[in-house]
Amino acid sequence: MAVIRDVMPAFQLLQPASIAEAQRLLEQHGSDGWVLAGGLDSFDWLKDRIKKPNTVVDLSGIEELKGIRETGDGLEIGAMTTLAEVVQHPVIKSKYSLLSQSAALVASPQIRNQGTIGGNVSQDTRCWYYRAGWPCYRAGGNICYADTPVGRNREHAILQAERCVAVNPSDTAPALIALDAKFIVRNRKGERIVDAEDYFVGPDIDITRLNILQPGDLLTAIRIPKTWAGAQFYFEKVRDRNVWDFPLMNVASAMLLSGDTIQSARIAVNGAAARPLRLKTVEDAIRGKQQNADTGEMAGKLAVEGAVPLQFNAYKIPLMRNLVKRSITGMQQEAAWAS
Amino acid sequence: MGFLEWATSPWGQRVPIHIAWFLIWVSLIAGLVFLIVHAIYVRYFAKEKEFVGTVLPDLAARLPEKIARHSLAARLFHWIMAVAMLALLFTAFLPKAGIQFDWVTYHWIAGLVLTASILFHIVHASFFLDFWSIWPDKIDMQDSGKRILRFFGKPAALPRRSGKYPLDNKLYHGVIVLCGLAVIVTGIFMMFRVRTGILPRNPYLFGDMTWGLMYVLHGLAGVGLIALIIVHIYFAVRPEKLPITYAMIFGSMRRDFYLQEHDPERWVVNPLPHEQKGMADAD
Repeated sequence: MAVIRDVMPAFQLLQPASIAEAQRLLEQHGSDGWVLAGGLDSFDWLKDRIKKPNTVVDLSGIEELKGIRETGDGLEIGAMTTLAEVVQHPVIKSKYSLLSQSAALVASPQIRNQGTIGGNVSQDTRCWYYRAGWPCYRAGGNICYADTPVGRNREHAILQAERCVAVNPSDTAPALIALDAKFIVRNRKGERIVDAEDYFVGPDIDITRLNILQPGDLLTAIRIPKTWAGAQFYFEKVRDRNVWDFPLMNVASAMLLSGDTIQSARIAVNGAAARPLRLKTVEDAIRGKQQNADTGEMAGKLAVEGAVPLQFNAYKIPLMRNLVKRSITGMQQEAAWAS
Repeated sequence: MGFLEWATSPWGQRVPIHIAWFLIWVSLIAGLVFLIVHAIYVRYFAKEKEFVGTVLPDLAARLPEKIARHSLAARLFHWIMAVAMLALLFTAFLPKAGIQFDWVTYHWIAGLVLTASILFHIVHASFFLDFWSIWPDKIDMQDSGKRILRFFGKPAALPRRSGKYPLDNKLYHGVIVLCGLAVIVTGIFMMFRVRTGILPRNPYLFGDMTWGLMYVLHGLAGVGLIALIIVHIYFAVRPEKLPITYAMIFGSMRRDFYLQEHDPERWVVNPLPHEQKGMADAD
């Protein structure tokens, strides 16, 4: 069992001042190198002494990784930009409010001041068996303790579970998928531009990681294209404590409408699987349909097809169904409730 | 650097969880080194094969031109098993080599195909083929002793020709049986740990130590199969072994190869009447 101690294990702290230097250090240290962004995930691991890297590469001194820039094709957000900056940025608030809404619901103000957008999308799962250092699949072992008859799995996956049933805890990830964001990943071979949904991996592909980053890889920026600027957005996060908690599930949608007709939409949920899920089937099914309760109902049912609940998380199926429904009809529903 | 990966279970017990993955490379390199060393030995150092006795010309004349070696059922089994085995090896080890894909489902399906083919083979070999032809016998042991003595330049009588299967083939089969049964038995139990829709998932079927040892055995046998399969494919494509490979594809081998390599008393092929053409019954 993990015991939080006052003193972290000793490690070599490296603080590069440029992306190139960071890349060189990460390449040099390979799997022994730990990338430190805001530290909110990292320090848990280190203080619990579950992860004991030899070298920590602290990115906080790299100015190139910080800031939000408007580009000809939209917006580029440095990976080390804090969540608070994302929440407050005027262009994000006006054109891509889906992202600012989702970032505003991450944890607490203090954490949003310290946490970064890159760290939020790249953080590890919060499955407590894994975080406690138990030798589960994700930790390189041969069992999932959460997926046992008496496992505590209220927060775990209902979709795409493959041996491991942990879920991705990011709030901004589904919003970025809905906005069709591109993630810029650099390593010694060069730069890769990855669709947001392809940045994340499930246990069927790699059971020890939640994203595609391999040793030596560095997420440098996130680009948001203009495509969905000013679209109709919906973000909702359901959590146990509204003050400060990881999502039990969240949903993000972006829709382009022609009157009441849905021209196109992108919808993503997180907390349902080990990766944020883009609901492409639902998007296809609602294209050309009226934005109303019937469409939302149909979309909700479609979204949960194939869901397999564990012992204690069957509630997630109606939760996801309703979240997806509300992500489509949300505005009207709220208006209906208000009246 | 250990050969096994260990972990501490939630109950504080030190348990093995699987083999160290560098053993994949050890097995791969061992297989490649074997084939290089063997190829060099055969090319530069091996002596001409010598066997005791000669085949009666009368018998030779009465043998069919094509000697049936493997029935269609036996050949189908072999190739289905081969495909399943390769699928198992690739799905198991490519992800460890950095090629990520959804391997688990393909792996256990290939495992089931392998299991079914092995079960068929056990029944087929036990009741429809000459079961003992693949197992080393007293003559094999005696002849191997003679070969070793002659290799070191000691006086010894010439060995006999082999039966249907030479001793190295029999020994290879024995090792494959051990590895194959190990991966199959452990693999079937491991299916209780994943969602297959076939076996009810029960991670508590065994204790942590038993599960750990099962994963270790599965891994050891699996990486062992990498070298074994490399060696098998190598021999299958060696020029002097091609008639045997040909027989595994088409079912028969040429009479002259049979007479050159096999002892008609140990692998009896029914001679045909002079006027009859065709193949003898295949095992």
